[in-house]
Amino acid sequence: MGTYSTSDFRKGLKVQIDGIPYLMIEMNFRKPGKGNALYECKLRNLLRGTVTDKTYRAGQTLESADVSEFNAQFLYRQGEEFVFMKNDDYEQYEMAAESVGDAWKFLKDNMDCQLVVYNDTAIAVTPPNHVVLKVEYCEPGAKGNTATNVTKPCKMETGAEILAPAFVNIGDFLRIDTRTGEYIERAKDANS
Amino acid sequence: MSGDADLRLRHERLRRRAEMLTRLRGFFAERGFLEVETPTLDAEIIPELHIEPFAVSDASKNQAFGFLQASPELHMKRLLCEGLPAIFQVTRSYRYGERGAIHNPEFTMVEWYRTGDGMTAGINLLDELCQAVAGAVAATRTSYAEAFRTHVAVDAHRATCEELAAAVKRLNVAVPEGIHADDRDEWLNLLLAAVVEPRLGADRPEILYDYPATQSALAVTATRADGTLVGERFELYWHGVELANGYHELTDAAALRTRLEKVNRQRTADNRPALPLPERLLAAMANPGLPPCSGCALGFDRLAMLACGATTIDEVMTFNW
Repeated sequence: MGTYSTSDFRKGLKVQIDGIPYLMIEMNFRKPGKGNALYECKLRNLLRGTVTDKTYRAGQTLESADVSEFNAQFLYRQGEEFVFMKNDDYEQYEMAAESVGDAWKFLKDNMDCQLVVYNDTAIAVTPPNHVVLKVEYCEPGAKGNTATNVTKPCKMETGAEILAPAFVNIGDFLRIDTRTGEYIERAKDANS
Repeated sequence: MSGDADLRLRHERLRRRAEMLTRLRGFFAERGFLEVETPTLDAEIIPELHIEPFAVSDASKNQAFGFLQASPELHMKRLLCEGLPAIFQVTRSYRYGERGAIHNPEFTMVEWYRTGDGMTAGINLLDELCQAVAGAVAATRTSYAEAFRTHVAVDAHRATCEELAAAVKRLNVAVPEGIHADDRDEWLNLLLAAVVEPRLGADRPEILYDYPATQSALAVTATRADGTLVGERFELYWHGVELANGYHELTDAAALRTRLEKVNRQRTADNRPALPLPERLLAAMANPGLPPCSGCALGFDRLAMLACGATTIDEVMTFNW
């Protein structure tokens, strides 16, 4: 494990502070001509997603974080554990529901996801931006009501509840934006 | 196509930059300045506490060769010692590790000196140059102490480290990891960078003068009417951007040696190598001597950036690091 000194600081660096991995999402170099340099960093906590501001004086160091990101398939859920498989070497990673966060709402078996692994532990999962999920249950569709601004809760195959237009019926496939959790449109089938 | 529009804008900015350079040369020619070119690579350099020079070696890194100059100062002062009365230069300067919106490790510096000038004459010349080259209106002039009274509400020359630290806390400035808490200048620099600088030169260029003597290693020091010891150093700011740094130059070779040796001791204490002293400059300053003069260095990329309405120097440079 290496260390980065302030002159290595740049956007995209993965570092650890007190055992917590952070991604440097912004780095602003500030230096009066004759004064000491300041490195103003925005750091995203890779475990919680929160953002912290930290300033470093020239010559300070941060430990690098052994963080990797790769494509992995969601295999199945077993109670509070979600199981993924790395695409290129089939290695399996178990992830606690707490770390999965809201992503569980969109995870279907065999779905391709982006997995973040820190010290061999999966710490974050990002599903594709758009997923198609089947409606398991909703109140009957209001015939003829094509307005999209009248919504109702729909229980999806993953167990998640999504707000969708009133005309949606049980068995419909809906395209969902996983970043906002919002309904986009109806899809023909599970794979469209 | 936006690609073509981007390219047109880029080329338009490069044209404006070139026009500024033409006006700059005209400005100095009208005033009888001689344009000079001095080495950017030399075995000697002026040690600075907070500027890291590039050390140059052969390609196999066996033989240290010299340093890329962080400013043309030492060579231009040697020319003044030879008797040239008014000189200017447009040159590349190099500073290791400096990269940001208004920093590039290699940048264009305009530097000039005129013998017989004190701080006020130096400030006047800088102000005229900014008007002539960048089309600015006349600058306001604010002492370092006034700026800190207005924006930080502390006495910059007398406040203790504890008082400065309290101001940092009061103004919600993040304290950098690793700050040297017993060094007044570090607190002052932090407040300057985070609070004062962004507010300087908002409507018109603003020239700050009378710096703390401890931040003016190459300037003449003077005692003001209220007993404050100041360095006769001045800086130009515009839209919160530091553009130029000038001095009523220190001419005493022995005093300069003492100050540079102190810089080297501070560098060593900070785990950075001491740097060779500019012995040929120090010798020339001892004999025949450096005439009283004022000198100033201006970041040309930054001036071009502001004149073009850009927000990074990359937008007015051909290529950058």
